[in-house]
Amino acid sequence: MSEQEIFDKVVKILEPYVKNEEAFASVVKETSILEDLKVNSARLVDVVLAFEDEFDIEIADEDADAVVTVGDAVRIITEKLG
Amino acid sequence: MGKKLTPEEVLDLLPQQEPFRFVDEILEIDEDHIVATYRFSPELDFYRGHFPGNPVTPGVILIESMAQVSVVAQGLYLFAQELDDISQISEMVTVFTDAQVDFSGIVKPGERVTIRGKKNFYRRRKLCADVEMCLDDGTIVCSGRLSGMGVKQ
Repeated sequence: MSEQEIFDKVVKILEPYVKNEEAFASVVKETSILEDLKVNSARLVDVVLAFEDEFDIEIADEDADAVVTVGDAVRIITEKLG
Repeated sequence: MGKKLTPEEVLDLLPQQEPFRFVDEILEIDEDHIVATYRFSPELDFYRGHFPGNPVTPGVILIESMAQVSVVAQGLYLFAQELDDISQISEMVTVFTDAQVDFSGIVKPGERVTIRGKKNFYRRRKLCADVEMCLDDGTIVCSGRLSGMGVKQ
């Protein structure tokens, strides 16, 4: 799977939880999930579980802690996919 | 590993009290599910205003009842299993994080409801449950997915 495909899937998973549509319209790898997209921090658990289902991977809690930006999520998923 | 609480112990630990406790009895509880009942006393104060001459239990109160059972009580059971010392449980508080609910009936004063919660996931102290509330005749009045998170006070 290309990085762009992973990015697109990550963005699609985030969409229902986004509270700042303006920031979402111009989402890039540097976009912060909590700060910019205003996703509720409790929803990060749902998002990480959705990543696991979508990509058929397991993301440990420590790895999940490292997810700040959309790019962080793409990087961790890419690593897990090997 | 921590302790498996009994339904009575969970009820004792539930922080919500009168006049904002909407759970009478926990019939069943384990890692994956909970069944509890509550009877809406006609004396509850909110019926005076919701609505004058036509008392109906507010939907938000039905949600609260479902949350106290499927998120708070079920959450206490799951926390307790993680803790070495059960007294630590008093340092935790469950915050309601999100909900998606459908209403399909009404609950009149004096009616008893049964709430059935089924764990959807429990991860990083976030508990997400699928919940149904039904009347004694089996009519489902409210169902949905509720979540809460355990945080230190």
